[in-house]
Amino acid sequence: MAKGILVIAEQRGGTLRKISLEMVSEGRRLADQSGQPLAAVVLGHGIAEEAKKLAAYGAETIYVADAPELKYYTPEAYTTVIANLVKAQEPDIVLGGASQQGKELAAKLAARLETGLAMDCVGLRLEDGLLIARRPMYAGKVYAEVVCETARPQMATGRPNVFSILEPDSSRSAEVVNLEVALKPEDLRTSLVEELADQTGKVDLTEAVYIVSGGRGMKDGSNFIILEKLADVIGATVGASRSAVDAGWRPQCDQVGQTGKVVNPNMYIACGISGAIQHLAGMGSSKVIVAVNKDPDAPIFQKADYGIVGDLFEVVPLLEEEFKKIM
Amino acid sequence: MNILVCIKQVPDTETQIKIDSGGKGIQTADIKWVMNPYDEFGVEEALRIKEKLGGKVTVIGVGPQRVVESLRTALAMGADEAIHVDDPAADGGDALATARVLAAAIRPVPFDLIFCGQRAVDDDNAQVGAALSELLNIPLLSVITKVEISEDKTKVKVTRPVEGATWVLESSLPALITTQKGLNEPRYASLPGIMKAKKKPLAVKKLADLGLAPEQVGAAGSKLTLRSLTPPPERKPGKIIEGETVQEKAALLVKLLREEAKII
Repeated sequence: MAKGILVIAEQRGGTLRKISLEMVSEGRRLADQSGQPLAAVVLGHGIAEEAKKLAAYGAETIYVADAPELKYYTPEAYTTVIANLVKAQEPDIVLGGASQQGKELAAKLAARLETGLAMDCVGLRLEDGLLIARRPMYAGKVYAEVVCETARPQMATGRPNVFSILEPDSSRSAEVVNLEVALKPEDLRTSLVEELADQTGKVDLTEAVYIVSGGRGMKDGSNFIILEKLADVIGATVGASRSAVDAGWRPQCDQVGQTGKVVNPNMYIACGISGAIQHLAGMGSSKVIVAVNKDPDAPIFQKADYGIVGDLFEVVPLLEEEFKKIM
Repeated sequence: MNILVCIKQVPDTETQIKIDSGGKGIQTADIKWVMNPYDEFGVEEALRIKEKLGGKVTVIGVGPQRVVESLRTALAMGADEAIHVDDPAADGGDALATARVLAAAIRPVPFDLIFCGQRAVDDDNAQVGAALSELLNIPLLSVITKVEISEDKTKVKVTRPVEGATWVLESSLPALITTQKGLNEPRYASLPGIMKAKKKPLAVKKLADLGLAPEQVGAAGSKLTLRSLTPPPERKPGKIIEGETVQEKAALLVKLLREEAKII
């Protein structure tokens, strides 16, 4: 009989990522509801001390797979280690983060375990022992509720910046279990050649708390400097609409929308973005949406919580000044 | 190089998605169906590799008759052959059930490289490529923006943007790559290309041809089931900030963000 919740925690460069704390916290909430034990698993090399931090967020057991071959994430090796753990422990639920790494890993693991995986969820609840997962489809144009009735474990990944992090409680402790790592050559067919850190030092759009985004109204790539300056004041990441990316004003990785990144910040400031349906889908779940556009009929205003009808080249620098006063 | 590209047909991203009366599907009456945009990058990359190194590009699609249009589009772009798995029992599956169909269709075909879109823009699942790599037991390289085949054609080096960094990864071939925007700029089919595509081989397969039973695939073979679809949460009506001057508006907005929305 399957029991317990296992959270796949993610570290990079020996440091746990924020998404791991979000998912362990959500695991704790589900474990409390159902009276199940909560475990977490961390893979890497030289990560045992860092892994122990998950105890404060509610993990009762922390599995650590520490080996040189696991220093850098690769999907085959990580899938094999976690699949072996799941087969041995038979958890009822396995959770992970819907980060770049987490999505790939969970998808591969679910296929290996022949179970169902609810990807990129924004809500998780338990109903008669079943994990009911709520997830956007069509980039958020509709929401689905999905369930894995019979196969075990039930698997889900959670969208970054959705599940709140519990206040760490240093009085909590966890049993740390070191896992035997036995990999076959076929687990090591992929290797990391190099990792190039982004020069911007900005949080990725998918994990950003604030986003300032520009569209066709920016008129030229060089004008994005005013968004960068505003973003610097509030600690935001700069995004762009598809038309701004297609015009070559911003790199592809900045695109927000149905064929770009689906984002979920606490605040999204849309500047000179009219609000094409694909864009609205990609940022529609932002907690607060602010629109600056000179066209009062722009569809973006129908999604916005706050709007300023005006010339963004006038408005944005003034917003920067006003934010400076309170930051 | 023998290269396979998996293609899904999806509603055009312009589509207003409306939930049907059953509450588990979408209204399909007025939908314009297109090749999943991420799959176009796969077709283009496969063609570029073929143009450089020689070989053959085969495209594979699962779904109803309309899927032929997307397969023909790929053939018109320059792909050599197409396989269409056209069997109602294969439709409506979760990622693993769909990957099972693709794997069965792919196994008889020699391949060095497989491309899938990093996700389909309809169900946003981002799982079929990974599941397919498991079933075929080949390395998986996800969300890739650059592909380089080694001179001896035994290895592939790829670039993968992740949060805050870019990974350069290397893997043995055969391998499965899922494509991300930025990989290339897909070509348009030329008129001669469209004419030629009509004569290119397009094999139609039923589940029985692939050695699959209906209960292994489609909804029957799925572990994950859809309970309901709902519209996105309603947003409360917004406020247009009024003021005598732009300065006033900016000040009021920031005040509201701090005191009313409590977001900053």
